[in-house]
Amino acid sequence: MNWLSRPVSDIQITHGSRLWLYIVSGLIMMFLVVPTLIVIPMSFSDSQYLEFPPRVWSVRWYDNYFGSPEWMTATWVSVRAALLTVVVTTPVATLAAYGLSVSNLKASRWIFILLITPMMVPVILIAIGIFFAYAKLNLNNSMFGLVLAHSVLALPMCLIVISAGLKSYDMNQELVARSLGASRVKAFLVITLPQIRFSVISGALLAFVVSFDEVIVALFITGGEISTITRSMFLALRDQIDPTIASISTVLIMVTTLALVLTQVFGQSDSP
Amino acid sequence: MIKALPIHIQQVVKTYGRIHALDHVDLEIKSGEFLTLLGPSGSGKTTLLMVLAGFTRPDSGSVRFGDREVIRTPPHKRDVGMVFQNYALFPHMTVAGNIGFPLRLRGVQKDDIHQRVEHALSTVQLDGLGDRRIDQLSGGQKQRVALARAIVFEPRILLMDEPLSALDKKLRDHMQIELRRLHEKLGITTVYVTHDQREALTMSDRVAVINHGRLIQCDSPRTIYDYPASPFVANFIGESTLIPVKRSNGNVVLDGQVLKVSGAVPDGRCSLMLRPERLTILPDRRNPDYNVFPGVVEEVVFQGESFVAYAVLESGTHVSMRGISQRETVASLPSRGKAVLLGLHWEETVLIPEANEDAPG
Ligand SMILES: Nc1ncnc2c1ncn2[C@@H]1O[C@H](COP(=O)(O)OP(=O)(O)OP(=O)(O)O)[C@@H](O)[C@H]1O
Ligand SMILES: [Mg+2]
Repeated sequence: MNWLSRPVSDIQITHGSRLWLYIVSGLIMMFLVVPTLIVIPMSFSDSQYLEFPPRVWSVRWYDNYFGSPEWMTATWVSVRAALLTVVVTTPVATLAAYGLSVSNLKASRWIFILLITPMMVPVILIAIGIFFAYAKLNLNNSMFGLVLAHSVLALPMCLIVISAGLKSYDMNQELVARSLGASRVKAFLVITLPQIRFSVISGALLAFVVSFDEVIVALFITGGEISTITRSMFLALRDQIDPTIASISTVLIMVTTLALVLTQVFGQSDSP
Repeated sequence: MIKALPIHIQQVVKTYGRIHALDHVDLEIKSGEFLTLLGPSGSGKTTLLMVLAGFTRPDSGSVRFGDREVIRTPPHKRDVGMVFQNYALFPHMTVAGNIGFPLRLRGVQKDDIHQRVEHALSTVQLDGLGDRRIDQLSGGQKQRVALARAIVFEPRILLMDEPLSALDKKLRDHMQIELRRLHEKLGITTVYVTHDQREALTMSDRVAVINHGRLIQCDSPRTIYDYPASPFVANFIGESTLIPVKRSNGNVVLDGQVLKVSGAVPDGRCSLMLRPERLTILPDRRNPDYNVFPGVVEEVVFQGESFVAYAVLESGTHVSMRGISQRETVASLPSRGKAVLLGLHWEETVLIPEANEDAPG
């Protein structure tokens, strides 16, 4: 019980007196995470139906998933869409964040808010809007259209993360670099970008996750061959509930978690 | 020795909305000169420096480096070394990486870069620190690295914006001398910004006093201090009390007393400048070299190396006089409520024209 009476940090409070806080926090975290994690044991069930806890263990639903051409096609569509979304969103968000950070326009606050509206508007509205716009532009059911729509959704997060990185960056460095002989583009690439690179990588990973997890817009604007994995899962859930869904979910959780963990790892590395 | 360039600034105007950050500034900076821009906060010092560096494009006016008009030249083509208040070192490079940066941009050979970086390091007395990371340096060392980086590519103009203001007083005094010595060695045309008048007087060949975006006076430190061109300069540099004087029959009169004055008497309305350290306490009125102002002591304050006596003159004007803390002077100090005779040598009796140019515009 030595640990209980030790101070938390440089302050007088001990771990003992903080114990209640640890317990409450632990419970909250469990509540947040457990519903997600429950699909993991379910995916290893041998049963025809989703059940928890499974009576007999097996990996047959994973075989089912990886062996199914339809599921594999859908997975591949998702991966491609997510990667292309990263490719589109990251440069755009970086340029926007940079522009907003160096400009002394009064309007720049409003431009920032405008750029993050996709995060605040219900996705279903965006989906309907995009659907009708795409109908006119003939972009429904195309990879290009999907990537564009996902980029709209991913931009806010990406922009916020990169803007935060730029906040702790001293723009005078770029001025100095330019006075020392670097053109503006060169100064950005050689001095600024290396110092915000972890924020940019975090932003890119978040863009990946946003696209990879997205289902509502995909339901509206894609179909047939261009069906993302989440869209296919959603449709499959309506017809039959079999543990393949659980095994796919488990894989998705792994991918997303990995991306978010990487985001955290990189996000904290940009030193001011 | 670097070949220095003169800077010609003509009629430069920069406005931000309704603020005149620079208001028709004319300034000739001589080749190899150490010129300081001095002025209160918001007077336009940084704006002028940014115009010289090329980061701020003035609304109108001309800036020439030597014969070359540079108004439209982008910063990276101006060949100007720059040092910022917060140093702005590149934390993702070593000390040598920082200093070598301008050389790499200019495509200098690797061996050559190494040699010149070493040389720059020894110029700022940081020999052997090339491999250090930036966060392993003290404030003073960072300052030196920033300086080395700004001079390593032998620019012909060096701009510094309050480079010492983040250092503590001792280090600042030391760096002032060192910067001055470095300037003498390199002979580079230097424009230095500060709002610390003592720093300006210590370091500069000439001081340009700026207020509300306007150049008020540009002269040597001695001239600026002894013969301020306006009440603003008199008040901003050193302490002073200004007392309006009257004229009669070509004489200058204060409280019915004709003043003995050094130099020409300016036209129009003017004031007498009383600086605390120029006043002395006289035993009597016999010395003809002095203008004498009788008064009553209100307070005597001890301040360590000096003391200050506050007195009120017969006209009701409050003045202060400063003397060094030395046994004899302290012994001769009058006590509170006593009458004193304050003397000002005629050679130090200076009249300041009552200019209207100080008014904000
Ligand atoms: N980018 C800008 N936008 C709007 N106004 C500005 C801008 N830059 C400077 N100003 C204004 O111009 C005036 C001069 O500013 P400047 O930075 O040159 O002052 P300074 O003399 O350097 O002051 P300090 O000693 O505080 O650094 C100030 O009134 C300031 O508010
Ligand atoms: Mg300034």
